[in-house]
Amino acid sequence: MEPGGAIKKPGSSKEVKTGSWRTFKPIVTDKCKGCGICIQFCPEGCIKISSEKVEIDYDYCKGCLICVNECPIKAMTSEREEK
Amino acid sequence: MGRHFMEGSKVVAEAIYLCKPDVVSAYPITPQTHIVETLAQLIADGRIKSKFLEVESEFSAISSVAGAVAAGSRAFTATCSQGLALMHEVLFAIAGMRLPVVMVVANRALSAPINIWCDHSDSIAERDSGWIQLYVETAQEAVDTVIQAYKIAENRKVLLPVMVCMDGFILTHTVEPVNVPDDVEVNKFLPKYKPTHALLDSTIPMTLGPFAYPEPYFKLKKELSLAVDNSKKIIKEVNEEFGEKFKRKYGNGLVEEYKNDKKIAIVSMGSVCGTIKCIVDSREDTGLVKIRCYRPFPKGDLADALKEKEIVIVIEKNISPGLGSGSVFSEVRDVLYNFKEKPKVVGAVVGLGGTDVRSKDINALIDKSKTMKDGEVEWFI
Repeated sequence: MEPGGAIKKPGSSKEVKTGSWRTFKPIVTDKCKGCGICIQFCPEGCIKISSEKVEIDYDYCKGCLICVNECPIKAMTSEREEK
Repeated sequence: MGRHFMEGSKVVAEAIYLCKPDVVSAYPITPQTHIVETLAQLIADGRIKSKFLEVESEFSAISSVAGAVAAGSRAFTATCSQGLALMHEVLFAIAGMRLPVVMVVANRALSAPINIWCDHSDSIAERDSGWIQLYVETAQEAVDTVIQAYKIAENRKVLLPVMVCMDGFILTHTVEPVNVPDDVEVNKFLPKYKPTHALLDSTIPMTLGPFAYPEPYFKLKKELSLAVDNSKKIIKEVNEEFGEKFKRKYGNGLVEEYKNDKKIAIVSMGSVCGTIKCIVDSREDTGLVKIRCYRPFPKGDLADALKEKEIVIVIEKNISPGLGSGSVFSEVRDVLYNFKEKPKVVGAVVGLGGTDVRSKDINALIDKSKTMKDGEVEWFI
């Protein structure tokens, strides 16, 4: 390690898959029209548009459910994460 | 620059000027004020090209200095007492990120009750922060130690922050004859800082102070602890090199022995060592071992200096409530634990809140130590 734990190789946070921290999992339903409002609100940058719907990257989504809360047409639901 | 008759604070500011910090950031607090005031004047007059950051608190002062050094510059700050206590959180972050910050602490008592005079409670309370702590006896030693401090801190094998602790008022506000080193000589002794592990450069992007899981955290803390231990060698080397260049050095850099060939040894730190030296001169039975470097704690050097003593007297200006003594007392006793022939160790808590430490009291303590019990602590009040 560098003195003081300095990180000189960028992108090391990719190696830490924070998806395992989730208690609740957001789910995109068929109602989604791909407006992308949830993309603006996701604090982890885990949502992207994919063929007119949004898609969640479960490797890094921590399950805060802000996307579920912000969806204007209630197109997202959530369920308890089964470990 | 030659020999000058100057106030401790002003001459320390001159020494900082010679070290050419890129950034100075500090918040005024008695008795540190004159150091920062003089530096602000030097910068305003254009004598140094440093950036002076005016901040609203000591927390901001130490944080901006941390940022400046993380960006790769040489920086300076100074504080004491409540100001140092306010910096507490950032002190650990600076040591953890291994940033070579240099700070002067103009030692002052901590509240409550509020008190502006000298004791060592403020800096001793920060002994576990990972900073190197050097305690000075005179304004001359303060000047020389500040210059040495940058050389120690920036050494690739060290990379640690250094606190230069000088007694408030006793050293900061007293006018003394002081040799101010020559600018060219200091430049040769202390070349420009070349950072590698902490630097703001878009071509080498890096993250400082990142999140760490338990194991890497533990590993880095162990590395920090070893780095503080290992800095002893560099502190000694820098003291020797300074001695060769400027014809002044302070013991072996860690401890300074004065007429230490007697049966009784006094162990102490800071300006009171001057008083003790006068007493030692007038007595046949007592010598002095001055702790100049309190962190890293010079266990080996102290053990050597205290061999074959009958009585060791620890005189200190701090108190750890509930321990029954100051911190130095218990640490010195720890050093003596492995001795086959253990000396009697007695202590004295002196000078809290700037109370005068009189030579007649120390003389009486030395006389009394002969009948005191091992582990007994006197209070000079």
